[in-house]
Amino acid sequence: MEPIIRVENINKTFSAANGQVEAVKDISFTIEKGDIFGIIGLSGAGKSTLVRCLNLLERPNEGRVYVDGKNLMELSEKELRKERQDIGMIFQHFNLLMQRNVLDNICFPLEIAGIGRKEARKRAYELLETVGLSEKAKAYPAQLSGGQKQRVAIARVLANNPKILLCDEATSALDPQTTKSILTLLKDINHKYGITIVVITHEMAVIQEICSKVAVLDQGRLVEEGTVEELFRAPKTEEAKKLILNGKGLGVEEVDDYV
Amino acid sequence: MFDETTVNMLIEGTGATLYMTLVSTLFGYIVGLPLGIILAITDKTGIKPNVVIYKILDFIVNLTRSIPFLILLILVMPLTKLIVGQSYGSAATIVPLTIAAAPFIGRMVESSLKEVDKGVIEAAQSMGAGTFTVIWKVLLAEARTSLLVGVTIAIGTILGYSAMAGVVGGGGLGDIAIRYGYYRYETGIMIVTIVILVILVQILQGLGMMLSKKLDRRQA
Ligand SMILES: Nc1ncnc2c1ncn2[C@@H]1O[C@H](COP(=O)(O)OP(=O)(O)O)[C@@H](O)[C@H]1O
Ligand SMILES: [Mg+2]
Repeated sequence: MEPIIRVENINKTFSAANGQVEAVKDISFTIEKGDIFGIIGLSGAGKSTLVRCLNLLERPNEGRVYVDGKNLMELSEKELRKERQDIGMIFQHFNLLMQRNVLDNICFPLEIAGIGRKEARKRAYELLETVGLSEKAKAYPAQLSGGQKQRVAIARVLANNPKILLCDEATSALDPQTTKSILTLLKDINHKYGITIVVITHEMAVIQEICSKVAVLDQGRLVEEGTVEELFRAPKTEEAKKLILNGKGLGVEEVDDYV
Repeated sequence: MFDETTVNMLIEGTGATLYMTLVSTLFGYIVGLPLGIILAITDKTGIKPNVVIYKILDFIVNLTRSIPFLILLILVMPLTKLIVGQSYGSAATIVPLTIAAAPFIGRMVESSLKEVDKGVIEAAQSMGAGTFTVIWKVLLAEARTSLLVGVTIAIGTILGYSAMAGVVGGGGLGDIAIRYGYYRYETGIMIVTIVILVILVQILQGLGMMLSKKLDRRQA
């Protein structure tokens, strides 16, 4: 398998009121094309910062971020914007435009990409079908449930046919059943379109449900990395063990089969 | 109650007040809207942080806002004369009104735009949106309800200022109120001008609020 994301020695330090915060410390890893790659860690571990470094919403202080062989850190502002159209992102709080209806939300990335209104609408209707929300085309986000909002966000992110989909706690605001349906949708998308998915979460159940590989983040450092199976069978670090145990308490099934 | 000349004068005064208010609001936004956008995006948490630009504009806005309108009115008279050709009358009042309104409008626009969810801005950026797209399609579009409430407040405030301009012969209802009520003790006329001012403010505020509610899609 060929790598689609390669991160080399990235550091990100924030200067806060009470001194420096090293959110990401010397992290390197590779994600292969078509994988569903999980990054797990406790709150404050640096997950959001790390995933934002993958599309340079957060620019690392040091290091290199290669996407499809291109070092994003060396691109001009304009080139970077173009590149971002290939790297979709979904969020915990959905981040839909509240003053636009569902259809126009999905058209938004197409507008940014300079696609005509008619073609954009046609594509938006197709995508709504893909996520099973055709009847909500004219609804406004405020009229939708959390799960429906995340489906709209997923339709929106698919609009530009991205190669990569970054998910920052995409199911953390949803109930278990809705979480499951969204994870199933993400799995389908991965299968159907071959989109590489990066899943950020603090829940082991999510990792177990859809990821093939996983990296464990602790206080800004990547402390363990491997297949999900390996992690469950033989966690090497205390952090990993703790996260598995936490997950058990929260209803992760089948952990015993691995441990 | 009043003779025809008085009625005509009141109608003309109402027209002059509306003219001063609406034109000044328009000019106020021509300056204040870009000003507010620049303030919002150059602040620390904005999409184009720039300490120098923010601090300079912030200082100018604070400075102009701390000058009482009556003083400003007199202060800018030479400028008014240069632009309009005279320093009294309705048209002349538009100059100080605009100068007083622009920084105040800029501040309201800034605060409206800062209410827009950072997550939505970030989502747009993750799709490859540039600064202009974020301003136009995210900040202004998402904040439109709040911006319209701002317009309503601006109109009310400027209307109040325009009445103050009556003190220096600025024309309009304020002018009438001062000439008849204060100098000639014709309390009747003064009360009528006040009533008209109150009704104008009520109508304009009501319209503005109705429009902003109608355009808001946030409630289920
Ligand atoms: N913009 C920022 N300014 C200052 N500190 C930040 C900023 N963003 C994140 N941090 C800090 O970096 C650390 C990691 O945060 P984050 O990446 O959000 O963690 P996670 O997503 O794993 O909960 C935290 O200590 C957080 O307070
Ligand atoms: Mg986070």
